[in-house]
Amino acid sequence: MWVPELVSNEELSSKPSRSKTQGDQMQYVITAKDLTKTYGDVTAVDGISFSVPAGEAFGLLGPNGAGKSTTMKMIGGVSQRTSGSLSIMGLDPESHGPEVRAHLGVVPQQDNLDEELKVRDNLLVYGRYFGLPMSYLRPKADELLEFAQLTDKAKSKVDALSGGMKRRLTIARSLINEPRILLLDEPTTGLDPQARHILWDRLFRLKEQGVTLILTTHYMDEAEQLCDRLIVVDKGRIMAEGSPASLIREYSTREVLELRFGSERNATIGAELEGIGERLETLPDRVLIYAHDGEAALEQVSARGLRPVTSLVRRSSLEDVFLRLTGRSLVD
Amino acid sequence: MTDQSAPAVSDAGGRGPAAPALLRAHSPAVSAARARRWGSFYYAEQVLRVMKGYGWTIVMYGVGQPVAYLFAMGVGLATLVDSQAAFGGVSYLAFIAPALLISAAVMTAANEFTFPVMDGFKWRRVYYGPHASPLTPEQIASGHIMAVTLRFLLQSAIYFVVVALFGASPSGWGWVSVLVATLAGLSFGLPLMAYAASIKEDKGQFAMVMRFIVTPLFLFSGTFFPLDSLPLAVQWIGWISPIWHGTELGRVFSYGYEEPPLLTIAHIVFLVGLAVAGWMLTKRQFVRRLGQ
Repeated sequence: MWVPELVSNEELSSKPSRSKTQGDQMQYVITAKDLTKTYGDVTAVDGISFSVPAGEAFGLLGPNGAGKSTTMKMIGGVSQRTSGSLSIMGLDPESHGPEVRAHLGVVPQQDNLDEELKVRDNLLVYGRYFGLPMSYLRPKADELLEFAQLTDKAKSKVDALSGGMKRRLTIARSLINEPRILLLDEPTTGLDPQARHILWDRLFRLKEQGVTLILTTHYMDEAEQLCDRLIVVDKGRIMAEGSPASLIREYSTREVLELRFGSERNATIGAELEGIGERLETLPDRVLIYAHDGEAALEQVSARGLRPVTSLVRRSSLEDVFLRLTGRSLVD
Repeated sequence: MTDQSAPAVSDAGGRGPAAPALLRAHSPAVSAARARRWGSFYYAEQVLRVMKGYGWTIVMYGVGQPVAYLFAMGVGLATLVDSQAAFGGVSYLAFIAPALLISAAVMTAANEFTFPVMDGFKWRRVYYGPHASPLTPEQIASGHIMAVTLRFLLQSAIYFVVVALFGASPSGWGWVSVLVATLAGLSFGLPLMAYAASIKEDKGQFAMVMRFIVTPLFLFSGTFFPLDSLPLAVQWIGWISPIWHGTELGRVFSYGYEEPPLLTIAHIVFLVGLAVAGWMLTKRQFVRRLGQ
């Protein structure tokens, strides 16, 4: 078996002989400093810095066009940065492209399976790109098909699979080389809720096995479910960084009261709601009142004689964090 | 779907620890080293697997088409035109056999280096899968080319056997024309591949290539009659045509067609030069486009 050259944090801290500085220093599988990518006049990624320790599920959350996919391509060693530094498993993808890519499993935003090949052959062929022998690939392909719940589709053509199945096959394919780092670019975009939950479950299992997950998403629930830590990205820059819970604590209140007064009144009602909750956000279709106690806020609204068409009290989410940070919602 | 299959998977997970003990991928360092050395072959393997899906078409194209042409032209038309003096002292069949061999390779090139390239970059984005693996863009391009080269060889060999059975390859060196056909396929195909790799939007360019480049080259490259029987105004089509250079070379090998040795060298230099230039351009285009 390949033994990762990285030492886990627990191991480090359990060895008193190591110097304190080493103990403090996390073992990062990915380190980016001032990472920048420009296409002509357009700056897609504008000097972002982050580090990811081994085994973490790290997310890049942001709207379409925020620079998430570009960042992923640079981490994936397929797109060269314009400036800044980047290290994956201690290697620079610019000079060691094949070595970096050999460490990774990649699930791209758009499926690029070999539609003309059968499901199982897709896995075999992909494994060959890593120089893996057939004696390893045949049983491994069967194991991964089982993991992806596609065993009974092994001999089908890829065309015959549903969107969710294709996605799972793409994930199975990305695992053929037993990567310790998995890059997932918008893994569940375009899937129905049930298919998403199956996929999340598979990703959880990988996380339990200690695989480092790097994922981009514009779904806040996905980020909350899967990520230990995330960066909120907008226009190529990092707006905030932290665990989902800490970001919500820092940038939002505990609860949110959502009120709809009809599209005409939403815009003008703000003044009448002044003073309720900690913060007020007016959106085209609804008004959000940020408060520690949503129910209490709703009572205050009623006490002022205001009658919203609908009202909803909910927990704060990353969507609210994003709204607070950028003044826009995640999914346009 | 999920309800039935989910428990099966967790069962598999339960007995998991024992089973995968034997199943370990080699280290990333080994993957990278192997890919650096053999990557082109790995990708060629993939293309061949896909080709296997239409293997029957390839064989039919290799056998059926030349047999049809040989019968129609070499046997049928020959009864009208068979004045051996006009064709360097050989039968009309022997005269056109190398030309049909070369043309078939060039037409295959016009298919294999156009639509599949578009498929790789745009339609089904098949190049982007291997691109995320340790393979490099150059290796993806060269793997594609290697697989198609193998198809040229196979198809031309089948064709040559058919031609030999017709008795239309009197020289003992006729088999060399299989290599000539492969070279001609590459010299026409690689510049075309570079062009295909540069296309972002399909506006029927490949149909135009077939109609306005491949077909005229096929007709005016000394294929069915010697090039010098054409007026000078159109002879130049032959001079810039890989089909003409390949055909003349094929004739030298298959029936000892006599031409100045310098001209024979010029044919080889022209074909090799075009193939190399096409390969350089293709490589640059692949690196540029995949690396974005």
